[in-house]
Amino acid sequence: MEISIKNRINPQLFGLWTALASITMMFGALTSAYIVRQAAGNWLEFRMPDLFIVSTVVILLSSVTLQVAYNGYKNQKEGLYKGGLVLSFILGLAFLILQYNAWMMLFNMGVDMKINPSGSFLYVITGVHAGHILGGITALIVALLHAFTLPFEYSDKRKNRFQLVLHYWHFVDLLWVYLFVFLLMTR
Amino acid sequence: MANDVLTYDDEVILEEQGFDDHFHEHEHGDHFKSNFVNHYVFSMDHKIIARQFLITGMVWALIGAGMSIIFRLQLGFPEESLTWIKPLLGKWIAVDATTGIGTLMPEFYYALVTMHGTIIVFFVLTAGLSGTFSNLLIPLQLGARDMASPFLNMLSYWFFFLASVIMFYSLFLSTGPFSGGWTAYPPLSALPQASTGSGTGMTLWLMSLTFFVVSVLLGGINYITTVLNLRTKGMSLWRMPLTIWAFFVTAILGLLSFPVLVSGFFMLICDRMLGTSFFLSEIFIEGAALPNVGGSPILYQHLFWFLGHPEVYIIILPAMGIVSEVLSVHARKPIFGYKAMVFSILAIGFLSFIVWAHHMFMSGVNPFISNFFVVFTLIIAVPSAVKVFNWITTLYKGNIRLNTPMLFAIGFVSMFISGGLTGIFLGNSAIDIQMHDTYFVVAHFHIVMGVAAFFGMFAGIYHWFPKMYARFMNETLGKIHFWITMIGAYAVFWPMHYLGIAGVPRRYYSFNTFNSFDDFTALNQFITIAAIVVFAAQVLFVINFFYSIWKGKKMTTKNPWKATTLEWTTPIHTGHGNWEGNLPVVHRWAYDYGKDGIDYVPQHIPLTEEEKAQEGSH
Ligand code: HEM
Ligand SMILES: [Cu+2]
Repeated sequence: MEISIKNRINPQLFGLWTALASITMMFGALTSAYIVRQAAGNWLEFRMPDLFIVSTVVILLSSVTLQVAYNGYKNQKEGLYKGGLVLSFILGLAFLILQYNAWMMLFNMGVDMKINPSGSFLYVITGVHAGHILGGITALIVALLHAFTLPFEYSDKRKNRFQLVLHYWHFVDLLWVYLFVFLLMTR
Repeated sequence: MANDVLTYDDEVILEEQGFDDHFHEHEHGDHFKSNFVNHYVFSMDHKIIARQFLITGMVWALIGAGMSIIFRLQLGFPEESLTWIKPLLGKWIAVDATTGIGTLMPEFYYALVTMHGTIIVFFVLTAGLSGTFSNLLIPLQLGARDMASPFLNMLSYWFFFLASVIMFYSLFLSTGPFSGGWTAYPPLSALPQASTGSGTGMTLWLMSLTFFVVSVLLGGINYITTVLNLRTKGMSLWRMPLTIWAFFVTAILGLLSFPVLVSGFFMLICDRMLGTSFFLSEIFIEGAALPNVGGSPILYQHLFWFLGHPEVYIIILPAMGIVSEVLSVHARKPIFGYKAMVFSILAIGFLSFIVWAHHMFMSGVNPFISNFFVVFTLIIAVPSAVKVFNWITTLYKGNIRLNTPMLFAIGFVSMFISGGLTGIFLGNSAIDIQMHDTYFVVAHFHIVMGVAAFFGMFAGIYHWFPKMYARFMNETLGKIHFWITMIGAYAVFWPMHYLGIAGVPRRYYSFNTFNSFDDFTALNQFITIAAIVVFAAQVLFVINFFYSIWKGKKMTTKNPWKATTLEWTTPIHTGHGNWEGNLPVVHRWAYDYGKDGIDYVPQHIPLTEEEKAQEGSH
């Protein structure tokens, strides 16, 4: 029988993953409801704004820069750490601004919230996702504060904290890719 | 070891065999205790948080049960005057100016039924049951100092508290609380103008339940993380008591199903506030057509019951875990079929996600698809029956101590059998055509979920009261409480099966326009009287509870029930951090009762030479 108490994984990271499972279920429900509702007919067809492609590229890039920042921290490279973090933050904000503009384009095309469930679903799904990005940006702000107020030195505690932000951010990034592909495929 | 060695010197065992996690050097032990506010109000100690959940749940239970008495009076004695209750209900009792007869307003009858369901299902049997015992027992029975995140744990309680305050406030709105049923189906829940309670009442209902979900999720993340990461040395998954298995699977169910409800809530909120048509189509209110087209109320039902069915298992699994533990301790026998019990918990957990449409057989779901749901629903009866069989076998030839916790645990088994059997009726869609939305369904779920889960909760409270308050509850009062509740609950709910078979629909304010139901007047009066008696017995319980906190018989030994699990190795007055010195190290499973002629061997007692030899030979 194993007699060891070594923590199998950092409990906070594990807790984060359980929370991500829960968020996944929420979007699973929204997209399933989308499919069910679409199958029932009376479904307005419209073209997705191309701007969403740009925002997809931006959010993917931000994941790369954040990973660079994280690796920089682990390898004690201060420049990469701080620079990557700042870039990720800017790209995250850019993503939100692009989403907002894409909504505006839709709205100007005449696809508003009320016109048909197909539009309502699009706004709700991308809107709730944007809410989760906002949460990630808040976490990035905290990480930035740490980076620029605390003296630069490596500690496991700080690495673990950063890792939480990193995993969350990768998650909302992949979540967007899933949602985007889903919305494209189910046109 | 001789037969008469029945107490174990924990001081020595922990000192010599325990595991030193340098708890006191880290100094995160008692510094929370600095003052009253930190200790009792914003506490991060899982044991205090457990008591907060319990007492909040008890307050809600009294409110929720009190509501049922009022609407039962309406159902049993529709002609009697309710003027005497006007001081409490105010304008919801309409008093006839000439005769002086007071009647309950129909709007408020619906509000009462709705609030009763919401309160009991979510606030009492989810927060009050799982919140209390997951918090109390997960760290104690696993040998952990506290939860993985005491802070999130504290937040979990305070989100529940916030949800409670909002719901409580909604009871006093001039338009009344939400009144469209605890399932909140649209359009009643989606159109503010649909009924008096659909406006502000429903807005507050949604806010309250959203905060409630946050509380459940924060709690669940913590429970899962703690179970998987903070077990003491030697506590492998297969050595965990069944209570922990049950809380663990419950938390997973909550974590995966509540977010789906939240999605439904988002869409409902959009329908209410932004004019979308997720759930609305072609509706006429007062002759005028609404602009909403293209929505589907059935979509909401899918989202609701995808949570709703797992939710009933979120309620019953903790009760099952508690009952397994209590039965084994007080029968002085190992639980029968431990692994089968674990696998049936897992099977129930899994299956509970693929049966939701059995609540919708009559909602216009494709009958072909219904067939799948019939099959899965009936399959759930298999793991349920395994559990029942194992409980009964655990009792068989046991040295049974018929004390109050044991009585309630046995009562649970009885209730679960009675209610489970009627579930099998309802699970057949052909029979459900007749039974749906009748009192048969009311009887089914009150017995199998309402009463059974309450019994599990009572068993847990009487059993772990000494761990919570270092005193015992009064046994005589406890037994009176049990017998009145046991007989009374059957008296209330058994006759409802006959009402249901005769076609009496649920959620009706009055039946006096249906001649065919005239025969049931006396039966309805009987049910109401029985309900009042049962309610009185619960008041007795509450008195016993608070009396015993301060005046109950003191606990003099650490392990009064001679149980094997780790919570009974902590000091009688357990401080924050649970164990004073070393953590216990676990050497065996949780059910070594009556092994080799020895009454019980706690989990932290090392294996004897013979036992080691036996283990090796396997
Ligand atoms: C043998 C297992 C069970 C089966 C086959 C079963 C089947 C059913 C079915 C088919 C219904 C829908 C009836 C209708 O609305 O027409 C129902 C209702 C219900 N069941 Fe069960 N059930 C079982 C066990 C349980 C358990 C263990 C619980 C809770 C702990 C539970 C709680 C409920 C509740 C709360 C409702 C009614 C909800 C409402 O409409 O307000 N059932 N059951
Ligand atoms: Cu169900």
